[in-house]
Amino acid sequence: MTAAVASPSLPAQVGLIAGRSVRRIVRQPAQLVFPIAFPLSLLAVNASGLDAATKLPGFPSASYLDFALAIPFMQGALFAALNGGQDLARDIESGFLDRLSLTPMSGAALLAGQLGGALFMGVVSAVIYLAVGLAFGVGIAAGAAGALVLLALAITISFAFACFGTFVALRAGTGEAVQGFFPLFFVLLFLSSAFFPRDLIEQDWFRTVATYNPVSYMVEGVRSLVIAGWDAPALLQAFGLSAVAIVGFLALSSRALRTRLQRT
Amino acid sequence: MTSLARTRSVALSVAWRSLHNAFTNPSFLLPSMLFPLFFFVAFAGGLSAVQNVPDFDYAAGYTSFQFGFVCMQAAAFGGVFTGFAIAADFESGFARRLLLAAPNRGGIVIGYMLAAMVRAAFVLTVVFAAGLVSGMRVLGSLGDLAGLLALALGVSATATLWAAGIAMRLRSMQAGPAMQMPVFIVIFLAPVYVPLNLVAGWVHEVARFNPATAFLETARGFLAGEPTKIAVTAACLAAMFALVTTWARGGLRSAERAG
Repeated sequence: MTAAVASPSLPAQVGLIAGRSVRRIVRQPAQLVFPIAFPLSLLAVNASGLDAATKLPGFPSASYLDFALAIPFMQGALFAALNGGQDLARDIESGFLDRLSLTPMSGAALLAGQLGGALFMGVVSAVIYLAVGLAFGVGIAAGAAGALVLLALAITISFAFACFGTFVALRAGTGEAVQGFFPLFFVLLFLSSAFFPRDLIEQDWFRTVATYNPVSYMVEGVRSLVIAGWDAPALLQAFGLSAVAIVGFLALSSRALRTRLQRT
Repeated sequence: MTSLARTRSVALSVAWRSLHNAFTNPSFLLPSMLFPLFFFVAFAGGLSAVQNVPDFDYAAGYTSFQFGFVCMQAAAFGGVFTGFAIAADFESGFARRLLLAAPNRGGIVIGYMLAAMVRAAFVLTVVFAAGLVSGMRVLGSLGDLAGLLALALGVSATATLWAAGIAMRLRSMQAGPAMQMPVFIVIFLAPVYVPLNLVAGWVHEVARFNPATAFLETARGFLAGEPTKIAVTAACLAAMFALVTTWARGGLRSAERAG
C-alpha cells in the first residue's frame, strides 16, 4: 500500500521556483554585474556630458546628475526584463518547463516564482543605484520617505518590465526572440523624456512620441521624487501605468503559459 | 603567384564572402545600420535644445553636430560587428577551414577589414541620406566630405583590427562584450552631446586626452566646412592603426596555434 504524497502548498511552490530563479542569477555574475555597472557608467558619462543643458532656461534641475538619476532605474528594469525572459526561454528550450508540467506544480506558482528572480534583481539594482546617487551628492527632494517611495516605484517598474519579458519568453519560447525585443526596450527609453524634459524638447515629432510613450511617465515619476519633491500626479501616473502593465502582462503571461502547457 | 598576389586573392575572397553574407542576410546588416540611425534620431531629435546653451558654438546646427558623432560611432561599431562575424566563423568551424586553405593568412584579416570598410561606407551613406531628409545642414565642400569618409573608413579599419584581435584569441561569440565595451567607453568618453569646452567634470579631463575627441572634432569640422585638428587626428589614427595591426597579428598567431 502506498501513501499519497501531499503536494507542497502554493507559497512553498512559489518559494521553490523563486529560490531557483534567484540562485541562477547569483551564480552568473555577468547577469548581476552588467545590468548594474552599465547604467551607472552611462549615468557617470551623461552627467558630465550633458551638465551644460542645466544652463538652459526652464531646465528643472541645477545638476544633470540629479535629473538623470532616474535613467539607471529604467535601464536596470530593461535588463531585468531581458534576463528574466531569457532565463525562462532557456527553461522552455531545455525542456525544464515540460518536465515541470508533469509535476503537481501549479502554473501560478511557476509564473510567480519565475518572476521572483526578476524582483530580486530589481530590488538589488534599485538599492545600488540609489546608494551610488546619494554617495555622489544627489539630494532626494522628497526626503527619506521619498527615497523609500522611489525604491518602491523603481521595483514596481522593474517588475512591470519583467512581466513583459516573461510574456515574450512564454509566447515565443526562444532566447533569440527575447533578445530581439531588446532594441524595442531601448527605443522606448531613448524616445522618452528620460534624457531631456519634455517641455524643452524642440522637435515636435519627438515631443509627441515622448508624450505618448509610457516610459516617459515612469521616468518622470521617479525623477519627481529626486528633483521636485512630492508630485502626486507624477507619482500616480508612474505607479498607475506600472500597475496596468503588471496586470496586463501577467494576464497575457498566464494565458501564454496555459497554451504552452497544453501543447506539452 | 607572388606573396602580394596571394594576399590580395585571399583578402578579396574573404571580403566578398563577408559582404555577400551581410547584404543577403538582413539580420547581419540591419543592426549595424539601425543602431547609428536610432542614435542619430534620438540624440539629434531629443537633445537639439542643447545648441541653445551659452558658448555652444557650431555653425552647422545640432543635427550636423550629432551626425559627426554618429559617423564615428557607425564606423567603429561596423568594425566591432565584423569582429562578431569572425567569432561566429570560428564557432561554426569555417574560420579554421579558412586558415587551412588560405595560402596567406594575413589576407584573411585584411579581407574582413575591407568588408567592414565597405559596410561602413554603405551605412554612412544611408545615415547621411536620412540626415539630409531630416534637414541636416552640410556646410563642408565635397573635399571635406571626402575627408570625413576617409576618417570614417580609417576608424572602421582600426576598430575591425581591434575586434579581430579579440575574436581570433577567444574564438567565441561570448567575446562580444570584450570587443564592444572598450569601443563604447572610448567613444562615450568624448564630447558626444556638446563641444569639449562645455563638457563638465572628470569626463572633460578624460576627453581632453581621448583620441576619439580629435576624431569627433575633425568629423564635425568637415561637416561645418571648417576642418580642424586634421594633423592630430591623422597622427592618432596612424598610431592606433599600428597598435591594433600588431594586436590583430598576435590574434592570428593565437588562432594558428590553436589549430
